[in-house]
Amino acid sequence: MSALTPFELDKVRSILKREPTETELGIFTVMWSEHCSYKSSRLHLKKLPTRGPRVLVGPGENAGIIDIGDGYAIAFKIESHNHPSFIEPFQGAATGVGGILRDIFTMGARPIAVMDALRFGPLEVPRNQRILEGVVSGIAHYGNCFGVPTVGGECVFENCYNGNPLVNVFALGVFKHDEIFYGRAAGVGNPVIYVGAKTGRDGIHGASMASAVFTAESKQKRPNVQVGDPFLEKLLLEACLEAMKTGAIVGIQDMGAAGLTCSTCEMGSRAGTGVEIDLALVPQREAGMTPYEIMLSESQERMLIVAEKGREEEVFRVFHKWGLDAVTIGRVTGDGMLRVKNHGVVAAEIPNRELADEAPVYDRPHNVPPYRPAGMDAPRFSSRDLTADLLKLLASGDLCSKQWIWRQYDYMVRTNTIAGPGADAAIVRIKETGSSVAMSLDGNARYCALSPREGTKLIVAECCRNLSTAGAMPVAATNNLNFGNPERPEIMAQLVESIEGLAEACKFFETPITGGNVSLYNETLGESIWPTPVVGIVGLLKTAPPVTIPFKREGRTVMLLGGLGSCDETRFGGTQYAKVVLENLWGLPPALDMDYEKRVQAAIREIVNAGLAESAHDVSDGGLAVALAECSMRGIGATVELAGDLRPEFLLFHEGPSRVILSTAVPAEVERIARAHGVEALRAGVTMKEILRIGNDSLTLIDCAVQQLREVWENALENQLAVRVES
Amino acid sequence: MRFGVVVFPGSNCDHDAWYAITRNLGQQAEMIWHDSPTLGDADAVILPGGFSYGDYLRCGAIAKFSPVMTAVRRFAEQGGLVLGICNGFQILVESGLLPGALLRNRDLKFVCREVTVRVETANTPFTLAAAPGQTLRLPVAHGEGCYFADERTLDRLEREDCVVLRYLDNPNGSLRDIAGICNERRNVMGLMPHPERAADELMGSTDGRVILESMVHSLVAP
Repeated sequence: MSALTPFELDKVRSILKREPTETELGIFTVMWSEHCSYKSSRLHLKKLPTRGPRVLVGPGENAGIIDIGDGYAIAFKIESHNHPSFIEPFQGAATGVGGILRDIFTMGARPIAVMDALRFGPLEVPRNQRILEGVVSGIAHYGNCFGVPTVGGECVFENCYNGNPLVNVFALGVFKHDEIFYGRAAGVGNPVIYVGAKTGRDGIHGASMASAVFTAESKQKRPNVQVGDPFLEKLLLEACLEAMKTGAIVGIQDMGAAGLTCSTCEMGSRAGTGVEIDLALVPQREAGMTPYEIMLSESQERMLIVAEKGREEEVFRVFHKWGLDAVTIGRVTGDGMLRVKNHGVVAAEIPNRELADEAPVYDRPHNVPPYRPAGMDAPRFSSRDLTADLLKLLASGDLCSKQWIWRQYDYMVRTNTIAGPGADAAIVRIKETGSSVAMSLDGNARYCALSPREGTKLIVAECCRNLSTAGAMPVAATNNLNFGNPERPEIMAQLVESIEGLAEACKFFETPITGGNVSLYNETLGESIWPTPVVGIVGLLKTAPPVTIPFKREGRTVMLLGGLGSCDETRFGGTQYAKVVLENLWGLPPALDMDYEKRVQAAIREIVNAGLAESAHDVSDGGLAVALAECSMRGIGATVELAGDLRPEFLLFHEGPSRVILSTAVPAEVERIARAHGVEALRAGVTMKEILRIGNDSLTLIDCAVQQLREVWENALENQLAVRVES
Repeated sequence: MRFGVVVFPGSNCDHDAWYAITRNLGQQAEMIWHDSPTLGDADAVILPGGFSYGDYLRCGAIAKFSPVMTAVRRFAEQGGLVLGICNGFQILVESGLLPGALLRNRDLKFVCREVTVRVETANTPFTLAAAPGQTLRLPVAHGEGCYFADERTLDRLEREDCVVLRYLDNPNGSLRDIAGICNERRNVMGLMPHPERAADELMGSTDGRVILESMVHSLVAP
């Protein structure tokens, strides 16, 4: 367990001007853990752009909020539950969903969409199969019962996640501007009310566990993982939203990491007040809990409310209607102290602001090149059968259909899902306004392993391209930075470069960061994961039938907006082709021209919104050939003729950004828009029934029945899971 | 006409049903809280999808003891139209208003997808606007949707024309591909697919409307 360092302990003593009690020590340990205090990353997170014309609430609150027009706003955020999901996949993932949902509705927003970014070790290892199955059913269990659609996400397999899977959950909610609530304990004398589930011994020190590396003993930490109850959370949601309407609530915050400790001191700190509570009043699930245990418990489905004095009954009435506990456990004071009593005896007395905001900030050494798991030189290779290569790619874990996963998620509940799992970007309509929100999650650790800075910029570009391909204007972002041990300079350097890349790209694409999460110490037995920033970007568009990926009709012109792109040996080393076919990694990620990328995005948005594209799909992992195959999965393929002198492997499989495939009945109009944006628009071919054929200078590179592509792609994940290797 | 949509703690398709009825069909609907002893002035009642009472013990097993279910049972006995969708279907079988049981899906996994069902009979208030044999594309989303009953009950359902919808691509292992049934009196129907999710052009299918519209027709012009 990561305890306070001697330096941190001295700081505690100087704040308290005495020795801390056991309970106080526990409180400082969790609040100053990496997970709660961001002490290694805070210095660098300041570099991120956080303001924009639509940003109503930026980082620092439970979730970021942006204006979507017509008096409405959305709250969204991403959070990780990596460590718990390794120790207990089902509950770890389930409570990950529960935690981020509370972050959304504690602000007053009704959650309307969830997405998840998952990373696992290869499925050839039986344990990874079990982790995948556990995580997916945990997400399904929680989200389905709660009644929020899981509308998309991504799932990637790499060796580096073998002992350290990643579960990042994104959630988004909607409300009116005047329905926003903050986690502030304002108004001296106001009652502090505890609502929701009773407190038990589960999850004690979860936040500290999430701030430590994994060792051989980690599996013994199962009791640190919380247990979720999505039914209770659903009741809590309805009760909270209903109670907010009474006007009696001053401030509200969920009890997530570090439970009662975090919610009390953060609410006090934000309001510049003190909070005094008596733990004897806290509803408890088991007898004999110590103040230390009650303060540090991470029992799920609990919230802390500060209400207007004298109006407690209005709040109680709503919670009792929903069958939930609601009791006054203390009050807001004017002295700025967090005072924790147990049966009237003071167990802890700490200044709120120092506890919540004065955690030590570390400038961890990073004056070395970021660690790279690969060299620069390309191996020699030459494909013998490009069609076989394509099939191999389509059957690979990263590129195959994830239907096996998302069919277990209710992606339609609330009847807002206009584009769901499998689309470039998920689209959820806002019934009240006539506008829709598009969202995309992306992360590519291969690129980031080769260059954290360039890789992260590519991730932002791809997210924005996904949204633009759906016709949406990207407006704001959230991020989850999953990295290894920051106390190693070569890992810290990865984090710093990635944050700087994120800052640069988010500034350029005008998508300010409104919040997020940092997960460090993703290291097992001395081995760090590859740098894995996951970026979630939301965009806005008018509510309309979506333009989807599959080709719709025969005889349409297939166009490649953005052109063939460029590639060389060095820039090919991070591709899926290098991974799956050559089983190698080298060189640098694809080159990104942000200016050109932005123009391609503007062009595709205009084309899609003008109704000129019958289908549209962005070119990304696996390159052009994989993208064309994906466009063909509903039965209509294409004959495509590519000019240019790139070698065939590059032509088909390089992952240069800034490209979108579309099919259209009006190519000249598409060309006109592309020209206006200074973007190439190649007439690459024609859609046709049942066959995908790709040629280059009278040479046939790919020739395959669409049916075969589809069978391979659609069944690959299920087939892999059907092979049970005994461990 | 006026629909009543029952809200149990844990219902989560209640709003979807309300939206489909009011916004897509232009009818009236009101929510009925689970501890209500009456159904107000509802002309027809919908038990929506979700996880009533967390679906603890068994799906629908706790909901059947809800005060509102006494009113629903009385309403059904008086010939009122009751439609149970997904969790609502589970509650109807647990309550004994419909025969059989809904077991865990054959592959033990929650399944969310679009399925094709065939309308087996137009001789119900829930399908009178459909043509017998007509196929509908409807979404399903459930973990316990495998319809089960003994052979005699199944034979009786068939004989009495009470199998209303049948899967063409059975997603859960339901016996005889049963997706929806009605009672002998034909005023209570339960189905696993979600017609309310297929009532809006933007959701990709409007095939579900025929079920809701049939209910309207049968009440407006009996």
